[in-house]
Amino acid sequence: MTPQLTQSRPAQQAAASLPQRRSRWTGRTRRDFFVFLALALPNLILIAVFTYWPLINNIYYSTLDWTLGSATATVVGLGNYVTFFTDPGSADVLRVTLLFTVATVGGSMVLGLLMALALNRKIPGTTFARSAVFAPYVLSGVGVGLVWLFIFDPVYGALSWVLRGIGLASPQWINDPQLAMVMVIVVYVWKNLGYCAVVYLAGLQSLPKDVLEASALDGAGAARRLWSIGLPLLSPTTFFLLITTLLSSLQAFDILKIMTPSGRGTNTLMFESYLQAFGGYNRAGYSAAVSVVLFVILLVVTVVQMRFVEKKVHYS
Amino acid sequence: MSTTTSNPAATADRATAASVERGNGPFARNNLTATLAGGYMPLILATLIVFLPLAWMALSSFKQPGEIVTTDLHILPQAPSFENYAEAARRAPFARFFLNSVIVTTIGAAVKCFLAIITAYALVFVSFPFKRLLFVLILVALMVPPQVAVLPNYILISSLGGQNTYWGIILPGLGTAFGTFLLRQHFLTLPGSILEAAEIDGAGHWRRLWSIVAPVSAPSIATVALVTVVSEWNDYIWPLIITNNTNMMTLPVGLTFLSNSDSSSQAWGVLMAGAVVVILPILLVFAMLQRYIVTGLTQGSVTG
Repeated sequence: MTPQLTQSRPAQQAAASLPQRRSRWTGRTRRDFFVFLALALPNLILIAVFTYWPLINNIYYSTLDWTLGSATATVVGLGNYVTFFTDPGSADVLRVTLLFTVATVGGSMVLGLLMALALNRKIPGTTFARSAVFAPYVLSGVGVGLVWLFIFDPVYGALSWVLRGIGLASPQWINDPQLAMVMVIVVYVWKNLGYCAVVYLAGLQSLPKDVLEASALDGAGAARRLWSIGLPLLSPTTFFLLITTLLSSLQAFDILKIMTPSGRGTNTLMFESYLQAFGGYNRAGYSAAVSVVLFVILLVVTVVQMRFVEKKVHYS
Repeated sequence: MSTTTSNPAATADRATAASVERGNGPFARNNLTATLAGGYMPLILATLIVFLPLAWMALSSFKQPGEIVTTDLHILPQAPSFENYAEAARRAPFARFFLNSVIVTTIGAAVKCFLAIITAYALVFVSFPFKRLLFVLILVALMVPPQVAVLPNYILISSLGGQNTYWGIILPGLGTAFGTFLLRQHFLTLPGSILEAAEIDGAGHWRRLWSIVAPVSAPSIATVALVTVVSEWNDYIWPLIITNNTNMMTLPVGLTFLSNSDSSSQAWGVLMAGAVVVILPILLVFAMLQRYIVTGLTQGSVTG
């Protein structure tokens, strides 16, 4: 304590004669300054080095023609982007990304809302069911993907057995690119719809009861009450879910990689960026360019969200 | 149609209260069928959709190869055995995968929680210039997808010799924006009076943090801890890229190795055993502490 006192005393004397700004640099603020650095700096440095720096680096790498593992690289400027936007394969990547994103976002939100309506009842067992439907969301995508891959197996899978039971032959889920897409969408929706259900359920339970009761007295049926009163009131929840599921669908990787390792028919931007660098092509520069394209899309979604939230929601 | 089943639960409160008095609640004879059909059928259906695939995984993991490689399907294993688990351990260092996952999850989650607590404390209780700017930078990092950073991080970490090492797997994920954000929001709600008393007693920041702020925030810290444990355990793309030595693989990566190394259908039983090992621990943690996990993962839905 003694050294601090001797240090702060001249500071206080100086404070009397100097302007306000100077006087705030007293012993306590100064100590707080260093305490703050000691507490927050490790985390801030980690975030800077492993989150911000890679973003900048990625943009730099995207201007290189560079084989992963090679010591030399050639600067090609926007060459990788030109390749990406002119290659016919990229049109497929964008189409696959769009299809996967729209189907998974739409699927998990619609089914999530239906599940939330099923859970929104005052009967015993809803708490258990709520936890149960949320569970897949926290499980390993790799484990979940393998379980479903077995179910979808055209010969030994449980699904093929069910299909045979009704006289149908199982399609080749994995080998047909279009069916592979259907398969990963189903599994992704299965894993994520519990999240939408729980968020929608919270939204449903915070709806003003008097409005719904009034309309029930006016003779509005359940479906009509949901459509013309519930859904408009739920729009903030819907918007929140739209953004979060959009962001996570665009970044989906685990299920795609484990169920369709080659990426044929399921190479979204995220997966394509991985495949280009680590899937045997070793095209580091090109992969970085694909990541940057993905990042720009994610950024646009985030900015839209922030602008919207700024207008609609007050943080207190 | 009964009131309970045709209306959303917004009105069910009132309806139940009233109907209990009249003796025709949801379980009265005339309502029982309707309740079962309208209330429980969707619930049971929803639960089954989740549980059937997982039950199928567990049952299959105990089956003999002959019961899996057959079109004549039996639901229950005829002679349940741990043979698939033993076979998984023969084909790959499965115990090692498990150990690696435990090590990476424990160290990663512990450090991340610690960093989140001290950073959030500093952001709320310690005065510093540009504090708001720093918080915004952390908030933006929360939105930066880790996926787009894997290539540069791979090049950085492997140039430092971090391939196939624990530190190489753990280090890039240590900075925590999520935990910091969540705890900061919670710390802001704490009444200033509890800290003023401690300040008068002469307690420094370190003591105020660990003897007052942290204990009263235990539920929020538990939320951050559990969500972090879940995401570290399931983390896939980074360990997949940074390890290629089977002895350093975590469970999800080891499972990928196992599924690539044998593509014949004979392997399904073994792969289901592997899936049980990666899924079951998190399922158990979730079953016991789901309240914290659900709150943590759906956080923000109320504000946004």
